[in-house]
Amino acid sequence: MTSPAQQPTGGISRSPGGQSLGGGSANLGDILERVLDKGVVVAGDIRVNLLDIELLTIKLRLLIVSVETAKELGIDWWERDPWLNGDQERLEAENRRLRERVAALEQGDGHRAVEEGRHG
Amino acid sequence: MAESATYLYAITRDTGGGTTPELTGVAGTDVRVVTQAGLRAYVSTVPLEQFDEDALRRNLEDLAWLEVTARAHHEVVEAVARTAPTAPVRLVTVYRGDDHVRHMLGERAGEFEGVLDGITGRAEWGVKLYAASGRPDDQNGGNDTDQPGGTAGAGTERRGAGTAYLQRRRSSLRGREDARRRALARAEQIDATLGGIAVASRRHPPQDPQLSGRSEWMVLNGAYLVDEDRGEEFAAAVESLRTPDVDLHVTGPWAPYSFAILETP
Repeated sequence: MTSPAQQPTGGISRSPGGQSLGGGSANLGDILERVLDKGVVVAGDIRVNLLDIELLTIKLRLLIVSVETAKELGIDWWERDPWLNGDQERLEAENRRLRERVAALEQGDGHRAVEEGRHG
Repeated sequence: MAESATYLYAITRDTGGGTTPELTGVAGTDVRVVTQAGLRAYVSTVPLEQFDEDALRRNLEDLAWLEVTARAHHEVVEAVARTAPTAPVRLVTVYRGDDHVRHMLGERAGEFEGVLDGITGRAEWGVKLYAASGRPDDQNGGNDTDQPGGTAGAGTERRGAGTAYLQRRRSSLRGREDARRRALARAEQIDATLGGIAVASRRHPPQDPQLSGRSEWMVLNGAYLVDEDRGEEFAAAVESLRTPDVDLHVTGPWAPYSFAILETP
């Protein structure tokens, strides 16, 4: 079905690091990301809300819904993830909590003496 | 009740000329063309037993069915996009007959013209940036001082092994934080540079390793709509942005999935 003689969008050369697409070799994740979440959305007669579909895992579902749609559904893990949103304060607070926890565990008595002693 | 329905893949202008490529669509069906209002819709007749509401809800849960269907849909879109400026339509857009597709085309012709104007002579490129370190669950990335049994500095002994460990740990976290910040800064720089060449750009949420198939942290998942005569320039810019510490992965050209958007469904 894909004629090899046809040159896609002539003039643009493929990057050496890129993948050839359209011939069935494209990464499934990239394809799903596009066909499920991008492209023209027009209301068909058969109404299936893709967001109602559990798919295989909640992860996969999170990955393919758009940011806007996900926000409407209250799914915003990438915004709350300090590694992705650059929220350094949260990160530092989390680091501090983790260090305190490690100290408490290493002392074996649940006290936070090490961390408090250093900062106090 | 009809036993079949009309599945919509993509929309182009109806230029009148040219031959319709012979394509196989979802569920092994033959792709054909429906025209209305100067537009051409690529469709196929699909069995309702696979494509009515209940069946779709069931089938979309089935990753094997989803993969085959998504690939078939995608291949039709890409094949059509090789022949004309194309607005890809989202997966499983199904009508109760060709008349319904014609009606929709007639009603929304102006909007589709607008979308097609925006993507004519342009292609979408995907650029992903992977950073080797700095990921949330990356235990050793970005800094090597967090090795168990690593040498602690002089003077730490009297404060105990726990404190020394915490110091190493803190130093490691700081190193990872630096690596993370560097990676995000690189992503911004790359996005800005490529966005400057592109007509339009979008940043999609980073894909999870489960979907990307890569263990590295995806820092950038960008889509760039690039004029065909600037494709070489875009590719050269990507090459110039490659550095040893990051992995730039380019995909494309894609049909302009990320840039074919109607204001309302």
